[in-house]
This record gives sequence, C-alpha cells and structure tokens, in this order.
Amino acid sequence: MSDPLLSIETLRIEAVTRTGAASVRPLVDGISLSLGRGEVLGLIGESGAGKSTIGLAALGYIRPGCAITAGRIVFDRQDLATLTPTALRAIRGARVAYVAQSAAASFNPARRLGQQVAEALVLHRATDWTSAHRQAAALFEELDLPAPGSFGERYPHQVSGGQLQRAMIAMAMACSPELLILDEPTTALDVTTQIEVLAAVRSMLRRHGSAGLYITHDLAVVAQLADRLAVLQHGRLVETGTTTAILQTPTEDYTRRLVAARNEPDLPTVDVGPAAVPPTLAVKSLSASYRTMPNVLSDVSFALRPGETLAVVGTSGSGKSTLARVICGLMPQQSGTVEFRAESLPMEVSKRTREQLRRLQMIYQLPDTALNPRQKVGRILGRAVSFYFGGSRASVQHRVDELLDMVGLPLAFAHRRPGELSGGQKQRVCIARALAARPDVIFCDEVTSALDPLVAEEILALLQRLQHGTQAAYVFITHDIGVVRRVATDVAVMQKGRIVAYGPISKVFAPPLHPHTQLLLESVPQPRTDWLTGILQGREDAAQES
Amino acid sequence: MNRSMISGGIGLAIALAIAALVMAAPLIAPHGEAELVGEVWAPPSADAWLGTDNLGRDLLSRLLYGGRITLLIALGSTLLAMAIGCALGFSAAIAGGWVDTVLARAVDSVMAIPTLIFALVLLSVLGTSIPVLIGAIACLASTRVFRLSRAVAGNIVALDYFEAARLRGEGLGWLMVYEVLPNALPPLTAEFGLRLCANFLFIASLSFLGLGIQPPLADWGGMVRDNAAAISYGGLAPLIPAAAIGVFAIAINLVVDWSLALQAGQRDR
Repeated sequence: MSDPLLSIETLRIEAVTRTGAASVRPLVDGISLSLGRGEVLGLIGESGAGKSTIGLAALGYIRPGCAITAGRIVFDRQDLATLTPTALRAIRGARVAYVAQSAAASFNPARRLGQQVAEALVLHRATDWTSAHRQAAALFEELDLPAPGSFGERYPHQVSGGQLQRAMIAMAMACSPELLILDEPTTALDVTTQIEVLAAVRSMLRRHGSAGLYITHDLAVVAQLADRLAVLQHGRLVETGTTTAILQTPTEDYTRRLVAARNEPDLPTVDVGPAAVPPTLAVKSLSASYRTMPNVLSDVSFALRPGETLAVVGTSGSGKSTLARVICGLMPQQSGTVEFRAESLPMEVSKRTREQLRRLQMIYQLPDTALNPRQKVGRILGRAVSFYFGGSRASVQHRVDELLDMVGLPLAFAHRRPGELSGGQKQRVCIARALAARPDVIFCDEVTSALDPLVAEEILALLQRLQHGTQAAYVFITHDIGVVRRVATDVAVMQKGRIVAYGPISKVFAPPLHPHTQLLLESVPQPRTDWLTGILQGREDAAQES
Repeated sequence: MNRSMISGGIGLAIALAIAALVMAAPLIAPHGEAELVGEVWAPPSADAWLGTDNLGRDLLSRLLYGGRITLLIALGSTLLAMAIGCALGFSAAIAGGWVDTVLARAVDSVMAIPTLIFALVLLSVLGTSIPVLIGAIACLASTRVFRLSRAVAGNIVALDYFEAARLRGEGLGWLMVYEVLPNALPPLTAEFGLRLCANFLFIASLSFLGLGIQPPLADWGGMVRDNAAAISYGGLAPLIPAAAIGVFAIAINLVVDWSLALQAGQRDR
C-alpha cells in the first residue's frame, strides 16, 4: 500500500500556560489516524472530544495557548509541525482546505462571494483574476447554486444559509485540494438544507478525488459520506472502523450509546388527558409581520392543555421562533388573540401583570447566552424565586436548593458562575430558572440543538420527568424530528408562517402526510450508509415523473 | 503574579501616594499657596526644592495645594460623567424606540457644538465655582460616555439572558444595574481611564482661558500655563506640573489595565 495522504501518529496536544505547566487533561491524547488518498474519514465525538483540534492540526494550525507535546502530523510525507510558515501557507488552501461550521461568520461580509472564492486561485495557482472568476463560476455551477454566472456578484448577506455554506465549499475546493477538512458544515442548517449541502460535499469530493476529514457529532450525517469512522471521547480514540461496521456492530459501550441515541424511537403512546379539561393556552388566528417582511405569521391557531406537549416544527424561516416571541409579548401581532385560561393576555410584555408573566416561561436554544455570566447560579435562580414569590432569604435559599435538586445538579453549583458549567449543566440551570416560576406553560426554543446528542437526550428525559410532576404544558419549537417523536403529544407543522398540519402526533405523522410534513420527515438523516443516496434518487425520480 | 498585576500595583501605589501627599498639603507644604518666597523662576534651592514660579511663589507648595483641587475636579467630573452617561446610555439601549432616538439625537446635538466653546458659555453664565466646574465638565464628557455605553448595552440587550430578565418582568433599574452594568464594565472601565486624562487636560485648558480655577488658587493645568514662558529660558517650572499630570494619568491607567485584566480573567474562567 502506498503512503497515506495524512497520517497522525500518537498525537498529543495540550494546553500550555506561560509557565509551561499544563495542569488540565490533554485536548488530544495519543491519537493515531491515517487517511488514504480519496478516502473520507468521519471524526465523531461530543464537544470537548478534541475533534476540531485534530481538524485544525491537520492544517498545521494549533490554537494559541496549545502545543503539540508528542507525536507527529504527517501530510504527504512532510511533518507539518516542522514546516516554516511560508511552506505551510503554500499547503493551506491549495492542498489542504477547510470548511467551517458557520459560513456566515467565515465570509468577509464586505466582499463579493466570487472574489473570495477566486482569491485562492490567484494566490496559489497564479491565475489571473478573470479566469479565476470563470473557474469560480464553474464551481458554483457544479454546486447547483442559482445563476452560477452571476452568483459571485452577490455579497454573503444576499444568499441563504445553505447557499452560503455551499459557496464556502466552492472556496475550499477552488484549488482542488487533496484533503478537505469539514468541521460540522451542516450543524447550523435545518434538515432540508442539510441534504443539499451533504449532497454537494459528496459529489465534490468524488469528482475531485479529494480525501475528506469530516468532523461532526451526528453519526447519521457522517454515515452518508465517510468510508471509515473514528469515535473520540475526551481526546482519546474510542473506536475506529468502517462506517458499516461501526453502525452495525459497535464494540465499545460509548459507540453503542451514540448509535442508539441516533436510532428513531417509536412514536410515544401518550394517553391524552380528557378533552373536557379547558385549555391552558389558546392561540387564535394570530398574524404578525416585520416591517420589511409581511406575514411572518398568518392565521396561526392552536390550543394546549395541562401536561400536553406541542411541537412546532418547520424549516428555518417558517416563523416558528416568531410565534414564540409573539406569544411571549416580545413582538407585537397584527391580529388574533392569545388566551390564557380563557383570559385574554395583553400583547406587550410591559402591559402584562407579574402573575401573567410568571405562568409563561421560556427556555432558550443557547444556554451560553441565556445566563448572565456575571451572576452566580444561586443568584440567577434566587432572583426568579423571590421576584415572583417573595419570602425570606432562607425560604428562597431552600427553594433554590430544591430546584437544583429537581434538575439534577449538585447544590454546590449555586456558588458557581455560568462560565464554570458545561453546556448541558447550563441548560439545566435554564430549566431550573423556568421552573422557579412554577409556570403553566414552558416554551422550549430549540433547547437541545446546541447540545451533544447524549446530553440532549438527558435534557429531554429531564423535561419529561419534570412534566409528570408539574403538569406544565410544553411548547417545543424545533426542527429536529427526533425531538418531536421523543416528546410531543401534538404537532403543528409550519411552512411560510402558516400551520399546514396540526393535531395529535399519531395523526400528523401518519399517512396521509401533508407534503411538507413528508419533506421534513424524510429529510431527517438516518444512520444507514445508503440513506442520502436513496433520498436523492427518490427526488430525481419524482422530478422526472412530473 | 503576572505583568498586569505588577504594573497595576505600581500604578495604585503611585496614585495613592500622590493622593495622600496632596490631601496633606496644608501639613507638609513648606510655604503657603500664595506666599511670595523669592525671585521669579528661581532655580531649586534648599528653601524652595523645586524652585519658584512666575511670581516667585514656591513651586512645590503650589504643586501640593494645586493637586487637591485638580484631583477633586478631575475625579469628581469623570465619575459624574460616567454616572450620567451610563444611566442615559443604558436607558436608551433598553427602552429603544423613540426614547433612544430622542436621547441619541439630543446627545448628537450637544456633541455638534465644540466642547470648549460650550464650556466657556456655561461657565461664564453660571460662574466658576468648583461644583459648577465639576458639573459642566461632567455634562460635556458624559456625551462620549453615553455613546459608548449605549453601544455596549445595545449588544447586551440582544442576548437571551437579558430577554429572560425582561420576560420575567424586571424593571428598568434592575435591568440596568444587574443585567447590563456588570457585563458592560470592561469597556466602561477603560473609558474611565481615558476620560480622566482628558478631563485633566480640559481643566487645564479652561484655566488657561481664565475660566477654570481662579487665581491665586493653584491647579496643575494653570501652573503649566502661568509658567509656560519659562521654557524659553530653559527653566523647569512648567515641566514639573506637566509631569505631575502625566504621572498621575499613567498611574490611573495602569490601575485601569489591571482591573481590565482581572475582569477578563473572571469572564474567561
């Protein structure tokens, strides 16, 4: 066998301080991997597993404050750590390219897309600008971007998220690199867009014969592209093998849990309470517009009884987050009413009474920004308790302890700041903050999408367990059908600001499916290697028939 | 122990030493503030350690007495400017809508008038007592603080934790003091250091124009002006008060940098 394209040999990357002593555990701990030409390797693991660190190391880049303390990264027989900055620059972008998670944050918003894609050719291949632009347009065409000839004229904010992500793939592929590193390129996208990007990545890699290092926490996604998988945990290699082998016969316990978390649960058989109970929250023909965008919501109605969970699903831009904002009073509606226990709620948050506010609580998508970084957990929760219920210091303290206990956090966490907690722990604090108000309805806005799959699973289980005790109604806003199947009793499918399908989950997700529901359902990646091929084939057939 | 801590400690020591010395001026100054002790611009001697000024007064004594007023006005006006600017800036960012528009445009209009001329008008109408000086300088400096605090708060009010507090039903006071202020501190601390130096110089300009601290009271800026001519004869007289301003300003900024490093450490932990 010929030499591998990239080989990582017992690599160890550690955080180093100025004094030289590294006290924390290594970011990457003795990992060996190899990647042949044209091969795609999937790196799977939770956040903190070291997968991004390895991805960057394959570019010969080590984050400031870290250092390689053992092992080598060999790209085409050259040890990247020994290369000069000039030599590295000649490799980066030309022979090894990188696609980042957030295309929006990676493009320069002040320059046209075509220019940014053509730049690599001008720098590395000494192409003149005119022909570089022509080649960029050819790439846009390969990636199925609209109007490829003039696509490069646009600025990053003028194209959609999925298009921007594909433009970044064009930028990375401009010089036909031998190795493409993809760091969670579809994580920020919704499922329907994810398919486009996955298909684009796969066809580009195949056509250019490039090898790929695909970093993700989603087993089902990477299964569509990768020949082999490497599972990482806490900077160590847990298991490696061919994609089929890992999916079908995982040997390590950790891998087994990952695979299991990705498999679809059966539809919950929830016995919905008697319909005689009056709804807690009733939304009646709600409509809303932004100044520049009419009908973000049009004629939205639903009702929610205690203990029920309504999942609002839809692609990004379907208006589901706006719905929550309007109901919570953060955005004015044009028409329609929000009734709480048959009592109409004022539409502006400032006009609602404290009691009305208390009954409606919200849990956010990003626990990082949902907690004030300068307040300790005890204060965050304590304020919510004393604000609504008052009481002596001791009773507030007692309630805070109770809340921490309910969400499964040690009581000592009351003295920590949010920065000292992990993502899952922060989300638990957010849940506790919502529970502090003893609410009747809790809005969960994509609460698990920023979390690792196993942590997300725990958070969902926690929310469900708490619901049994509190009988609070949940509104889950999500694009993740897995979450819907897991928790929802009712589903509302949204498309362009309207609810196109609404009812108990057993009805909405059973045939006959609304076409949009079907699109959403089939777009959910499944942990089999042939899923993407099947979907694309199916769509092609449908297109030919019509 | 790191570099910012060492330099911050040095800055703190210098600032405290200067503050202590000028506070104790009546006890330790060898001569009176307005007392004539010798020749004009006499070189340093056993009697007048730093020499004498343009009227033959002891430079060291005037430096000590002058420091009291200068520090009082500079610190007082900067703190007041920070308070006014932050209160208005945070309110504008939190309230948004027309409140924001009115406040921001009002501040823009004030900023459109050259600061020095505005100050001259204010002071000639209201007189030049110390409270008026502090108030006038603070009002003018608060426009810049407003701009910064509004921009910083604008980023914070867009975050989920702020929205969560607003959804809880918190009032403006809580939102400003507990949600916005602690998270806006780093840039505001830096601004404090810069504003303090600017106000020092501003007082000096006002004194130079005769609308600041009135003779025979001493102040550092006024001393630079009074003795400016000595520079052509190679005299040290104007350089000493100028150096005092510089040293104090540097010391304060060292302390500010230290506090910024501390806050950054706390945030990143």
